[in-house]
Amino acid sequence: MKLTVAGNKKEYEEGLTISKLIELEKVETPEYVTVSVNEEFANRDDFDSTVLKDGDEIEFLYFMGGGSR
Amino acid sequence: MAFTDEQLERYSRHIILKEIGVKGQKKLNNGKVLIIGAGGLGAPAAMYLAAAGVGTIGIVDADAVDLSNLQRQIIHTTNDIGKLKVESAKETMNAINPDITVNTYHEFVTSENINDLIKDYDFIIDGTDNFPAKFLINDACVMAGKPFSHAGIIRFKGQLMTVVPGEGPCYRCVFKNPPPKDAVPTCKQAGVIGAMGGVIGSLQAMEAVKYITGVGELLVGYLLTYDALSMEFHKIKLPPRGKGCAVCSDTPSITELIDYEQAACEWHPGDKNA
Ligand SMILES: [Zn+2]
Repeated sequence: MKLTVAGNKKEYEEGLTISKLIELEKVETPEYVTVSVNEEFANRDDFDSTVLKDGDEIEFLYFMGGGSR
Repeated sequence: MAFTDEQLERYSRHIILKEIGVKGQKKLNNGKVLIIGAGGLGAPAAMYLAAAGVGTIGIVDADAVDLSNLQRQIIHTTNDIGKLKVESAKETMNAINPDITVNTYHEFVTSENINDLIKDYDFIIDGTDNFPAKFLINDACVMAGKPFSHAGIIRFKGQLMTVVPGEGPCYRCVFKNPPPKDAVPTCKQAGVIGAMGGVIGSLQAMEAVKYITGVGELLVGYLLTYDALSMEFHKIKLPPRGKGCAVCSDTPSITELIDYEQAACEWHPGDKNA
């Protein structure tokens, strides 16, 4: 199946969960990443159980501090 | 009030833009922007807004200029080391444009002072370096109905979003709660490429200018990310405002400002609001 992850369309195995995708994409600080699927935020409690479907658009949103000191 | 010849010349490249014109330039001259943090983001933002003739600019920062700041905080110079950042920033801004008024606030933002700080300004720029401040600015601006630009930078990456309370999602809609202390790397630990502040801070200044003049589309409802290594900008569309947000939903659970310094350690990703 094809997923669009952070704007890039790529081929993935069927049955992929959000948790598995986070692992596969080597997401930095996975315990603090916000994930959106088709412009809806996914609940962290559902990362393990949410199976992604062909055509899904996934975004990872990261905490980013920095700026002043 | 009509522009003087000198002002017409100073702002001529703005005035010639059909979207800005004399009318837009007057709006800028009457505009009031508060910049929280005179560092990597705040420095370029403050300089561009001063140059643009934004009539009143407030700068909030509790620090003094340090040698390690100068790699990116271009509003300060080597001669400014040891000087208060707000003073150093004001000098540079007034050197660029003596027309403008710069108000300095030598303090950290807290739940006690933030409402007083933001109340007289039209637009706020969050150029802070820590999550407690970023959440505080978000909550205070949402509660007071003040539009603001949020941004963060680290290593070769940066991101920003514009929040107009009531019109789009807020920072807390996306990030819920501050991460525990030291759970995500800071610039001090991880480093940041100097020009990143220039890229992202200038975009924050751009949003302030657009808000004041009413020109174009603001970055409301999007998080814009920039990766310098792949040289890619990516605009992430955010879900609509408020869906379960603790501060900007129609039934908020947070109705008072929070100083997160301590509470940050008690937060767990499994929490209800996470
Ligand atoms: Zn919100």
